[in-house]
Amino acid sequence: MTINWISLTAILPLVGAILLATLPKGSELRAKQFAFGTTLVTAASAIAMAVNFQRDNTDLQFVEVHSWIPTFGVNYAVGIDGIALVLILMSVILAPIVILAGWNEAQGGRWSVKTFYILILVLETMMIGVFSATDVFLFYVIFEAMLVPVYFLIGGFGTGQRSAAAVKFLLYSLFGGLLMLASIIALYVISGDQGGHTFDLARLAELQMSSTTQNFLFLGFFIAFAIKAPLWPFHTWLPDAAASATPGTSVLLLGVLDKVGTFGMIRYCLTLFPEASKTFTPVIIVLAVISIIYGAILAIGQKDLKRLIAFTSISHFGFITMGIFAMTSQSQSGATLYMFNHGFSTAALFIVGGWMIARRGSSTIADFGGLQRVTPVMAWCFFLAGMSSLALPGLSSFVSEFLVLVGTYTRYPVAAIIATVGIILAALYILIPVQRALHGPTTPGNEALSDLNLREKIAIAPVLAAIIALGFYPSPLLNVINPAAVHINSNLGFTDPVPTVEGK
Amino acid sequence: MTSNLIVLLIAIPLFSSAVLLLSGRKANKWGHLLGTLASASSFGVGAYLFAQMLAQPTEERALTQKLFSWINVGSFNVDASLLLDQLSICFVLLITGVGTLIHIYSISYMSRDVDRRRFFAYLNLFIAAMLLLVLGDSYLNLYVGWEGVGLASYLLIGFWNQKPTYATAAKKAFVMNRVGDLGLSLAIMIAFASMGTVSFAGIKEAAPKASTATLTAIGIMLLIAAAGKSAQFPLQAWLGDAMAGPTPVSALIHAATMVTAGVYLITRSNFIFDAAPTAQLLVVIVGAITLLFGAIVGTAKDDIKKALAASTMSQIGYMILGAGLGPVGYAFAIMHLLTHGFFKAGMFLGAGSVMHGMNDEVNMRKYGALRKFMPITFITFGLGYLAIIGVPPFAGFYSKDMIIETAFNAGGIKGILLGSVALFGAALTAFYMTRVMILTFTGTKRWDDEAHPHESPILMWLPMAVLAIGSVASGFLFTRGDALVKWLEPVVAPHMHGEHAELLPPIVVSALALTMVLIGISIAFLMYVRDPVEAVAPENVSLLTQIVRQDLLQDAANEAIFMRPGQVLTKTLVAIDEKVIDGAVRGVGAMAIGSGTELRKSQTGYVRSYSALILVGAVAIVLGIWVITQ
Repeated sequence: MTINWISLTAILPLVGAILLATLPKGSELRAKQFAFGTTLVTAASAIAMAVNFQRDNTDLQFVEVHSWIPTFGVNYAVGIDGIALVLILMSVILAPIVILAGWNEAQGGRWSVKTFYILILVLETMMIGVFSATDVFLFYVIFEAMLVPVYFLIGGFGTGQRSAAAVKFLLYSLFGGLLMLASIIALYVISGDQGGHTFDLARLAELQMSSTTQNFLFLGFFIAFAIKAPLWPFHTWLPDAAASATPGTSVLLLGVLDKVGTFGMIRYCLTLFPEASKTFTPVIIVLAVISIIYGAILAIGQKDLKRLIAFTSISHFGFITMGIFAMTSQSQSGATLYMFNHGFSTAALFIVGGWMIARRGSSTIADFGGLQRVTPVMAWCFFLAGMSSLALPGLSSFVSEFLVLVGTYTRYPVAAIIATVGIILAALYILIPVQRALHGPTTPGNEALSDLNLREKIAIAPVLAAIIALGFYPSPLLNVINPAAVHINSNLGFTDPVPTVEGK
Repeated sequence: MTSNLIVLLIAIPLFSSAVLLLSGRKANKWGHLLGTLASASSFGVGAYLFAQMLAQPTEERALTQKLFSWINVGSFNVDASLLLDQLSICFVLLITGVGTLIHIYSISYMSRDVDRRRFFAYLNLFIAAMLLLVLGDSYLNLYVGWEGVGLASYLLIGFWNQKPTYATAAKKAFVMNRVGDLGLSLAIMIAFASMGTVSFAGIKEAAPKASTATLTAIGIMLLIAAAGKSAQFPLQAWLGDAMAGPTPVSALIHAATMVTAGVYLITRSNFIFDAAPTAQLLVVIVGAITLLFGAIVGTAKDDIKKALAASTMSQIGYMILGAGLGPVGYAFAIMHLLTHGFFKAGMFLGAGSVMHGMNDEVNMRKYGALRKFMPITFITFGLGYLAIIGVPPFAGFYSKDMIIETAFNAGGIKGILLGSVALFGAALTAFYMTRVMILTFTGTKRWDDEAHPHESPILMWLPMAVLAIGSVASGFLFTRGDALVKWLEPVVAPHMHGEHAELLPPIVVSALALTMVLIGISIAFLMYVRDPVEAVAPENVSLLTQIVRQDLLQDAANEAIFMRPGQVLTKTLVAIDEKVIDGAVRGVGAMAIGSGTELRKSQTGYVRSYSALILVGAVAIVLGIWVITQ
């Protein structure tokens, strides 16, 4: 018998959320344990799915189609390629780590601890769904519905100006979503003239459209994704949201949800509108390069640790977007690998940074100082996370960043050269907070901070281990990503630029 | 089968480093012993491999060991693969040999430091990374080692980073090295885009077919990389500050090995530079400027470690100059690199020994007359001194003379200019090194009563003695029967013709060089022996002296050109982001609230009317698009 791996994996957290809702009030520890267990089972299911994935098969795998709203031709249709698989794996591995790392972060929220975990579990179901949907309507529904749990996670459990940040996040995202909805409806209408109304991704990709139509519909999708990713100049919601959210929520927000933007660019923009994608490529490459440099400079100028990490991500999303639109094998594979690695390095930064902030009671970098002598293990973890963020060769992020750069260089050398300046800026935005927070004499208020406990060590160890291991041996991921990336580029009619001289 | 051992060179110290970092305090008792043993074992493997190589005929000496496929995307295929050839074995023996001596020295030097175990973990990490740097068979493998040594250097410069200035020094070194990394990254990208490969062998094969413009671009990028790592002009400013690290680190990383990686990179890339004359010219210019720059800065330093650091910069300038002079020059650059590894590491350890006996005082004006109290340190340091200034038959005489001679023979005005610079540098070297000797070891004592200078324990002076032997004998050994030149020939000069125009016969060059050395020594004697040295540096000095004391204004220049404009740019962009970009977003929001007050009447509170409105809105946009596209 065949197992519907995608549905099985996606339904597990939802079932967990429902069961959790029926749990009696007051048993906070039980709620945490249950949520943690659920995410572990989900991760196991996703890993089992990955084992059954045929890596050389470029067709979508584990495909399921069930009629959902027959009147409009809406289907529950899912299926994944290597790119989606890697992102789902990242999401389900990060979920239990986030819960374990932020064991106590739900306390002090507006609602009960139980509510926090219900929201996380519901969100996890949607994360799996959004990466595997092959029906555009289904994708849209999940894309928008995901905003709800995140809105409540920020607004209900965050810190500082949490309500304002949550509303800003919601409105900004809804605006993008509205543009995408308009494009989706237009696609639906056009499909009616060409063989029957549908939301099926594969069929929509075959529609004949004038180039003007393509361009407008492309923009509807692209702006929604550029807000989500976020790309300069649509980025200003992110630092506010990240500064207000709990560290765990920030990991899911920057590590997973923002990837829906860059994933959407690959799955929807490039697939549905190949011609428009090529038309807009120069503009997008420019915006990506601006994001890389601008995000890095802004990160250097931040005084708040959470906002700093948010701006580093804007720089990193610039690399990912540049890689996607440079459309070479190296840049495309590198972009997906970058998404995966960024999930882990940002998770490490936010998790360890969150521990530092919780202990110190402040997220202002200047309030720290000399932590290396007080809390050596925590300081080491933060340092390593920082090294991953600046893409130190030998760590996983180097492989993806270099692939994006080298792949981009073969087609857009100027963009690649400017983007490479980002590696100097990255050294600054990491080493400045490292020096201020970890080095120097121990400043007043930091003398009695406690080092990581066993739970925290167990939570961060797999993240750091993955960062190191995949730096030396990225093949397991690349072997899954490569066929899908090549497939995307060749669908667009792109082959890699040939070297001027044939070497070995 | 021998090739399977290559990976052990790296794996042993890497494993030891991981053990030391992860095992925690319980390893404090034996951590330093494990670290030293790891380095020594790696040296043992290196020596065995060297013996095996000697037994092979020339063409079968180079060995490769493929470990696994590292990055494999489309036509971008990079293996994790190691190459042990005549060039890399020289470095393997230098790194693990000098490295082991410095491990032994550090057991005693760091014995009172609570973090000694961590120190040895970093040293092991450095050894592993440096070996990867010289053993990688492609530019990308080299890059991992390249950044790994940078990381180790950062950690060790900032080893006592509770002192803010030390933490700043570490950060400065890392950031300036990243500027170099920019060059290395771009060199690799250009190489891949034009030749489809990043391995040394692949590029060597493809280079003759590539355009000169491409090769020049790669060469210049590699030069930027080399300048960053080897503290060459204009990326030299970090090295002096790097002396914040414990002295054994200065000896190993910032004198003998890591800072010479730029020379390795250029020598390894001979197939690029030999075909790119413009890039090669830039290499010699950078080398010539730096050798003078470092030597001039060295004349005004009172801090013994900073004087030696300036000297290192200058000596590497000689090596870079040599490497830029083409096929003959590479071998001499490597020879000077190896002899320098002995005498400079030896002198740094000597400086550490002096500091050890003087309560960590580094100001030479507070030294004086130490030869009576530290005879072994004096003798070993003195042998290093004779080697660096180039007195025959000490090591530096052979290696530096070769570079000066090659510079003169470069031909035309270029040859005369370069040769003169190299000669003048020799005089400066003799001056500032004699100054160091006089200030530290001779004259009258100028130290405070709290200092009780004493000779260092055997664990410290034994490595110094071994390095002193190298300072005496290595030059003679390398040049006997052109041993090193012939050894390196298969790597650096496959088409070496041997015959080239000689501007000056070798004996004349040697005589000139020795004359310059004598002049340098004499001036130092006149200045520091005839007049008594003051314990406090005189304030009323000429403008020139003041400028030299401030490292020829290198920090002021960097601050004016990069740091302050950068800070202004950062502040401006932060303000723009908050006021303009986010301001626009908030403006739209405020407008919405304003109009919302008006539209409030339409808010019925019924979901069905909201959904109807959303639908109307979406349809309106669709209609709009439809109208425009028709």
